[in-house]
Amino acid sequence: MLQAQGITAAYGDAQALFGIDFSMQAGEIVALIGANGAGKSTFLKTLTGLLPVKSGSLTFDGQSLNKIDAGDIVKLGLAMVPEGRRLFPSLTVEENLLMGTLSGRQGAWNLARVFKLFPILQEKRYMPSTSLSGGQQQMVAIGRALMSNPRLLLCDEISLGLAPVVIREIYAALPSIVEEGMSLLIVEQDVQLAMQVSSRVVCLQEGLVSLEGKSGELTRDQISKAYFGI
Amino acid sequence: MTEIILQGLLLGGLYALFALGQSLMFGVMRLTNTAQGDFIILGGFFAISMVAATGLSAGWGLLVIIPIAYLAGYALQRFVLNGTLGRDPLPSLVVTFGLSIIIQNLLLEIYSADPRSLEVGNIALASFSLSDITIGVLPLLTFGIAVFATICLQALFSYTSLGRSFRAVSDDREAAQLMGLKPAIVYAQATGIAFMLIALAGGLQAMRTTIAPSDGPMLLLFAFEAVIIGGMGSFWGTLVGALLLGLTQQIGFRLDPGWGIWFGHLMFLVVLVIRPQGLFPKTRG
Amino acid sequence: MQAYEVIRSNRFSKALPWLTLLILIPAISLPVWGESSWMREVVEIACYFLFAMMWNLLAGYGGMVSIGQQAFFGFGGYVMLILGNEAGVNPFVAIPIAAVMTTLIAWPVSVLAFRLQGGYFAIGSWVIAEVFRLSFANLHWVGGGSGTSLTALRDIDKVTRESTTYWIALACVVIAIAGIYLFLRSKRGLALLAIRDNEVAAASQGIDVQRMKLAVYLIAAGGAGLAGALYFVSNLRISPDAAFSVNWTAFAIFMVVIGGLGRIEGPIVGALLFWFLNKFFSDYGSWYLIGLGLLAIVVTLFFRDGLWGALHRRYGLSLFPTHRFLKQRN
Repeated sequence: MLQAQGITAAYGDAQALFGIDFSMQAGEIVALIGANGAGKSTFLKTLTGLLPVKSGSLTFDGQSLNKIDAGDIVKLGLAMVPEGRRLFPSLTVEENLLMGTLSGRQGAWNLARVFKLFPILQEKRYMPSTSLSGGQQQMVAIGRALMSNPRLLLCDEISLGLAPVVIREIYAALPSIVEEGMSLLIVEQDVQLAMQVSSRVVCLQEGLVSLEGKSGELTRDQISKAYFGI
Repeated sequence: MTEIILQGLLLGGLYALFALGQSLMFGVMRLTNTAQGDFIILGGFFAISMVAATGLSAGWGLLVIIPIAYLAGYALQRFVLNGTLGRDPLPSLVVTFGLSIIIQNLLLEIYSADPRSLEVGNIALASFSLSDITIGVLPLLTFGIAVFATICLQALFSYTSLGRSFRAVSDDREAAQLMGLKPAIVYAQATGIAFMLIALAGGLQAMRTTIAPSDGPMLLLFAFEAVIIGGMGSFWGTLVGALLLGLTQQIGFRLDPGWGIWFGHLMFLVVLVIRPQGLFPKTRG
Repeated sequence: MQAYEVIRSNRFSKALPWLTLLILIPAISLPVWGESSWMREVVEIACYFLFAMMWNLLAGYGGMVSIGQQAFFGFGGYVMLILGNEAGVNPFVAIPIAAVMTTLIAWPVSVLAFRLQGGYFAIGSWVIAEVFRLSFANLHWVGGGSGTSLTALRDIDKVTRESTTYWIALACVVIAIAGIYLFLRSKRGLALLAIRDNEVAAASQGIDVQRMKLAVYLIAAGGAGLAGALYFVSNLRISPDAAFSVNWTAFAIFMVVIGGLGRIEGPIVGALLFWFLNKFFSDYGSWYLIGLGLLAIVVTLFFRDGLWGALHRRYGLSLFPTHRFLKQRN
């Protein structure tokens, strides 16, 4: 479904990705781990068109993503819950969720279903999105992405800045998200958490893939080495 | 005294039409259009020429110009102004300033420096009386249009999908792209709408009084003052700011014809000192 | 043991002292061998240039883009005139005094202006300039709306007057360039660059951002006042529309943007280009101005750093280097 070969990318003169090879099948849950600055968020940016691909090929369901405008990505079925949530402060909770419908894609996800998944949001639907707690904002961000009925959902560090109990609550919601066969690519700093929810783990280090394997099978040593390079 | 107040408020209605477009453009894309006044004057001259060429009445002429103005604003934003957006305010300032100079001098070449006006026939002089106060029909009509425009803009922003796009794109451009919006196009749509207001304002100004190619900068300052006095981020605020400006100017004119505009500037400076965020600011980063 | 050294000059900048001498020797002696119209032209372009340098300082280094600097230009002109005509001060002496007084008035003005940011600061400064213009236009003892003449120089013969004006203009230009160059090379100059790039980061390094911005604003105002006083000593006639015209800022923007913002060489290149265009095309009136406007737009859209900036990037050209480079000692 998703195929990335030899992806390089740079921020101006500073190169961040040096040749990433990555692929995903439909229905998979893959975790992308790595230290700060390893290139995880950068890679997601290239997938969503926010950062141009310098060289390499990127295809989604056979369609090339290399030259696609960021605004067209969500229509193809690729949605992202961005790092730091990035809700729209001028919009209410409900309006933020409705932004997800701009993709025009039909599917199982609508306002009612998102409210069923995260009931607290229904209570706060008319409030400005910034008045919610961190965990609730994360729910809005996830709901917003789901409203576009994606086939592949990218989650960039959704546990960042949240209390452990809140993190557990959010991750507990993940299985019902992938019920209809949605694929999930989760970027996580918490390695344990990442391995728990995913079937496959990919580790990045300094802009390259340093390790790949089934979540249950990798040892602590292998991961440390791939993560830190020591 | 009541008559002065009333006339001031009605004048403020026209100023609101000068200012709403500026408020919109700044709100959506943080762009300061220093050619705002010149585009208004350009709109006025365009209306004059068009009416002269087609024989349409002023009212119909304006109605025809408004969609043309939308296209002009859309194109200008899409192909010129979008390239100036960013953290640095200088490029958009220089480009719009350059446009200001070009428009003024083009108008000078085409129409010469003589003031012109848009003939509206009887409405220009028509008025009616309420007890012992006379109210001009045209100023009242202008005021009504201004209030209507403010209501429409506010409704557009609060209740429509396009309004949500405007707010989203202005909040977080990248996150908006992730939602499927194309900022380049959203910005162009905003400027298109702003230009419709500009064309309307230009036509009404040309009906109310004469216009000359060099009038632009003064109108820009009025628009700007109205926005600041009212508070940024709020269309109703801009309307109120415009009304206050019109009122202050009118009082100044009555005291001494040479001091009218100066009074308005003074009021603006006073507001800047005691309440720099304006009267009804919508707090936004 | 330092393994690195900080170097500042390059092969172009090393030529600077020779270049300066090459230009200054004929320049200083011009009144002896040149025509009076040349001197007047040089004075005029010097005023444009000084004003542009000050605008460059404010916008390129202070990060404050203003469309209202003409307020200080006109103010300097009027103060010089008032001192000369009413207070019996020698107008040549009045020039620096006017500059100082302009700096003083800039202080309360800054309280107003600093309430605004970005694009709105720009337009707000224009409003303030308009207040200056309207105020002076209503002062009947300086001629009101139609202005008045500088009578205090009537007793001096034309040659002496023009030569003195010329030398003062030359001195102002040299002092301005030298002053700004030395300032930018100093620690304070580095602080200013830091503020321009990122205010919050600069503040976290202990730089007093507000004070520096105020200092820049005051200096730029004083310089503008100096240029204004000088201009009207040469012109002999002042009016509110001429003194406070937004065209001064328009031309300054043109010179700086086309030449290259934020570099010292930029305004120099821009001023020379402007003088050149003015000389040959200003007869075309409106079309000339339309051309200038188009040029400014095209340069802004496609050559963000201006002409000098493009040359600097391509060839490393820098006559007044203000950057520091680390070079490894071998």
